[in-house]
Amino acid sequence: MDVKILGSGCRNCQNLEANTAQALHELGIDAAIDHVTDEVEIIGYGVMSTPALVIDDEVVVSGRVPGSDQLRALIDARGPA
Amino acid sequence: MTAPATAPRRSAFGRWGGLAVAALAWAVLYQANLPFWTWLLGDVIGVDLHSRAGDSALFFVYDTTKIVLLLAGIIFLVTILRSFMSVERTRALLGGRREGVGNAAAAGLGVVTPFCSCSAVPAFIGFVAAGVPLGVTLSFLIASPLVNEVAVVMLYGLFGWQIALLYVMAGLVIATGAGYVLGRLHLEAWVEPFVFETRLHGKLIDPAQGLTWDDRIEMGREEVVTIVRKIWPYLLVGIGLGAVIHGWMPADWFATHANGPLGVPIAVGIGVPLYSNAAGVAPLVEALHDKGLPMGTVLAFMMSVVALSLPEMILLRRVLKPRLIGTYVAVVATSIVAIGYLFNLIL
Repeated sequence: MDVKILGSGCRNCQNLEANTAQALHELGIDAAIDHVTDEVEIIGYGVMSTPALVIDDEVVVSGRVPGSDQLRALIDARGPA
Repeated sequence: MTAPATAPRRSAFGRWGGLAVAALAWAVLYQANLPFWTWLLGDVIGVDLHSRAGDSALFFVYDTTKIVLLLAGIIFLVTILRSFMSVERTRALLGGRREGVGNAAAAGLGVVTPFCSCSAVPAFIGFVAAGVPLGVTLSFLIASPLVNEVAVVMLYGLFGWQIALLYVMAGLVIATGAGYVLGRLHLEAWVEPFVFETRLHGKLIDPAQGLTWDDRIEMGREEVVTIVRKIWPYLLVGIGLGAVIHGWMPADWFATHANGPLGVPIAVGIGVPLYSNAAGVAPLVEALHDKGLPMGTVLAFMMSVVALSLPEMILLRRVLKPRLIGTYVAVVATSIVAIGYLFNLIL
């Protein structure tokens, strides 16, 4: 599973990363979380509201920081990678 | 396709019933605020509430509680309302808009669009790449931090709704006017060239799409937690300083010591480099006003602290050359000074 956090590294991005890491951990998924801080690359994903969460090149969350239980449901719903 | 982050589904009864209980609890807490603290400090702890220190202490806990309750309630409602908007929708609304009307529309949208200054750069690129004029984009970027719900709630709680409304109107005028002037200066050469070369491939992701009521309520709750967590140290320091000024500074100190014509520019000059947020500045500003600093001067001070921040300028440096950032700061600061003088004249 390819997991990326898009954002400039502000507080919200860190929160989203922490919540995503926790959700992945609870699901028993061993995936590294990459960071995309380059704004041109972020816009390339069609994202104008950061932070955003991209899983397997698909934008799953943009412009908000869901809790880890919501993220877990979201990642789980995508089925096995 | 993008699956929206769906909150666990609740029954309609659970959702609206829960909200009603929360609203009721909020109203009870709001009503009980003053009697509770008077009882706790005066009757239980035995503080003399008529003494200077006792009065300051009561003022401190009562005001903090009132403001936190107001902030929580309003941020929750505003976030739910704003969840129907997004930067992506705003961009679509502003695309092809002419300057002038476009600046006013951008200022208004800057207020109602959910926007974190940490997205300033991708939003800037997205706007400009979509053909939104530079000055119109800047109107959006000025209005968004300047007229924010925390500032409005703080002013409402401390000065009443007239001053809060005045602040909103002034903020919109500044964002519209400063953005228009910056557009007229034709500073496109001072935007980093890669911004104009960026092509938006594919469709923009609209985070406002496909949200359920449960999602919106959850977002409101998240936002309250995030904002209160972020601002409470500023709020405590601001209210603490305000209480000290209230208790110990002689009344009308400013009226006798600092009432020269340079009050407004000096206040803005101090406010621009100062990094705080509305929650920290407003209580301080209220205390200073109470000691005789004119309303236009204190509002200009608050605006200069809130509108221009070093972290945002550092972020914008990615897309704007220093000369444009300097012009941006100068034009916004000058507009704030002008509004401050105007208010001192008419209030």
